[in-house]
Amino acid sequence: MRTLLTVFFKEVLDNLRDRRTLASALIMGPIFGPVMFAFVINLSLDRALDDAESTMDLPVIGQEHAPNLMRFLESRNIDIVDGPEDIDGAAEAVKTGAHDVVLVIPESFGEQLADTIPARVELYSDEANSQGDKEARRARSALNAYNQQLAAIRLSARGVNPMLLRPINIDRVDVSTPSGRSAMLLGMMSYFFIFAMLMGGMYLAIDSTAGERERGSLEPLLALPVTRAQLILGKILAACVFMSASLLLSLLSFYVVLEFMPLEQLGMTPNFGLDVVAAAFFLLLPFILLGASLMTLVASFTKSYKEAQTWLSVVLIAPTLPILVVSILTLRPKLEFMFVPSLSQHLILVDMVKNEPLNGLHVLISVLSTLVIGVAVTWLCARLYRREGLLG
Amino acid sequence: MITVNGIHKSFGKVHAVRGVSFTAPDGKITGLLGPNGAGKSTTLRVLYTVLKPDQGDARIDGADVVLDSLAAREKIGALPHGSGLYPNLTARENIAYFAKLCALAKSEVDDRVDSIIKLLEIEDFADRRTKGFSQGQRTKVSLARALVHDPQNVLLDEPTNGLDVMATRSLRHLILKLKDDGRCVLFSSHVMQEVAALCDDICIIANGQVAIDDSIEGIRERTGQEDLEEAFVSAIQMVGEE
Repeated sequence: MRTLLTVFFKEVLDNLRDRRTLASALIMGPIFGPVMFAFVINLSLDRALDDAESTMDLPVIGQEHAPNLMRFLESRNIDIVDGPEDIDGAAEAVKTGAHDVVLVIPESFGEQLADTIPARVELYSDEANSQGDKEARRARSALNAYNQQLAAIRLSARGVNPMLLRPINIDRVDVSTPSGRSAMLLGMMSYFFIFAMLMGGMYLAIDSTAGERERGSLEPLLALPVTRAQLILGKILAACVFMSASLLLSLLSFYVVLEFMPLEQLGMTPNFGLDVVAAAFFLLLPFILLGASLMTLVASFTKSYKEAQTWLSVVLIAPTLPILVVSILTLRPKLEFMFVPSLSQHLILVDMVKNEPLNGLHVLISVLSTLVIGVAVTWLCARLYRREGLLG
Repeated sequence: MITVNGIHKSFGKVHAVRGVSFTAPDGKITGLLGPNGAGKSTTLRVLYTVLKPDQGDARIDGADVVLDSLAAREKIGALPHGSGLYPNLTARENIAYFAKLCALAKSEVDDRVDSIIKLLEIEDFADRRTKGFSQGQRTKVSLARALVHDPQNVLLDEPTNGLDVMATRSLRHLILKLKDDGRCVLFSSHVMQEVAALCDDICIIANGQVAIDDSIEGIRERTGQEDLEEAFVSAIQMVGEE
């Protein structure tokens, strides 16, 4: 035990003095997630505001042929601007991207309308251009609304109930809660926590195997009268402490970022107070042992520091896979998922953020299975640390 | 005392050590001499228990290096080839780390570290971080680290590699001092003159086998060569002819 603690304290001191370890443990991991998150949220905030509130410019050729339609469009927050000279110019402008969409009203519009012949208008857009498509959709829906309004007026004028045209009335009822809507977007944050945590221990894991070997300090260390299991356990323990610090920091920085994000505007109120920060910390804690031992295990097979870095970046991505699969298939939390580390933490965390009642059994299985796998991998590390191949 | 009894070691198809036997007694300096790739390092690595021999056995003061490796390690101080330090720790911290791992009592650690720093004359840079140390400084710290627990048997793998004249000289004094303390010193080298200047017994290894194991005088006699370098060459050729 004393040996283990000696190794542990030496590793902590050594790594506290190492800029690269500190940067990745205390800055890179914890800051990267929240910054990325804030960026994505801001982006979707911009788009959401775009759709509903902003006015849109619509170039129209032949405005004078349909003054009523122009007024109707303006009432829908669409500004009418002068379009290109002629129809050829309209097609060209849309093709080159000068305009996203151009509405052409032919001279015959008023006449056809008066004769109750379907009056022709042309809407030029480039459907391969997603931004242009959005504008075109908005113009189309405004025109449809005008279409329906005119139809209703015509029917009323002839003494027919315009409701005949609406046999069905579709009412959309959204049962998602503001917290629930947040969960979709916040679903990715559980991975950020795992990522930050793993970053915190990455250099320690490399150092205890490939690093020691490359530096030439491994052989003198192994020639000491201590068992190798104590050496590797002390090193894994030190990695765990750095990982816990990274995890706690990333949880706290997320908490701070969420405080400042105008999430209500997106209809979200994530349940991410300090109590959830604490709960999430303890929920993710068992994953630390697994992460530390897994990284040490992978690093022990590599020949050099560089090779270890390459392989460990694969380990950094591995925990996303189960999360990704479940997200794509939109599976709901099930008992058997709780046996899968990273996935179980993700699902429970999403429930926490949604402010849904926690399933005690799920939490128990998640904690226990992650711990058991972590202990098994740690044991494997200790076994592998005994082999001669370790010396490279 | 170190006794090596017919050890073999292969790495894949390479049969690096083929039945090496010798004895290194207390109070004497035994030199393992041989060309590069002769199997000197592999033999030493078996002795400080990081490699297991495929065949044969070796004992450090009676402790078998395979069956009782922990006890064997307690009795040795090893300076492996190209030993590295922890660059973020000071020289003193590097030495103290090993002292603590050797289970020295807490009260004992500081005293031992101080005295070994004095013995190896590294006071000047003892409290600097070892990043950027010269080869000579690094070797001295590595050696202090290996000797901090006062081991009876000292294994040095090419300790003078990369050292300048002054550093080699002070290392030689230290090795002689260890001998005078009654310790068993086993050290490997590929430099004939160095071994001749220090060692009581020389074990010449070539091609994974012991070519000759005798005192300097004995080697001269048996090879019929007065000049040690010639003796070395003819001893190696003896193995080649077998």
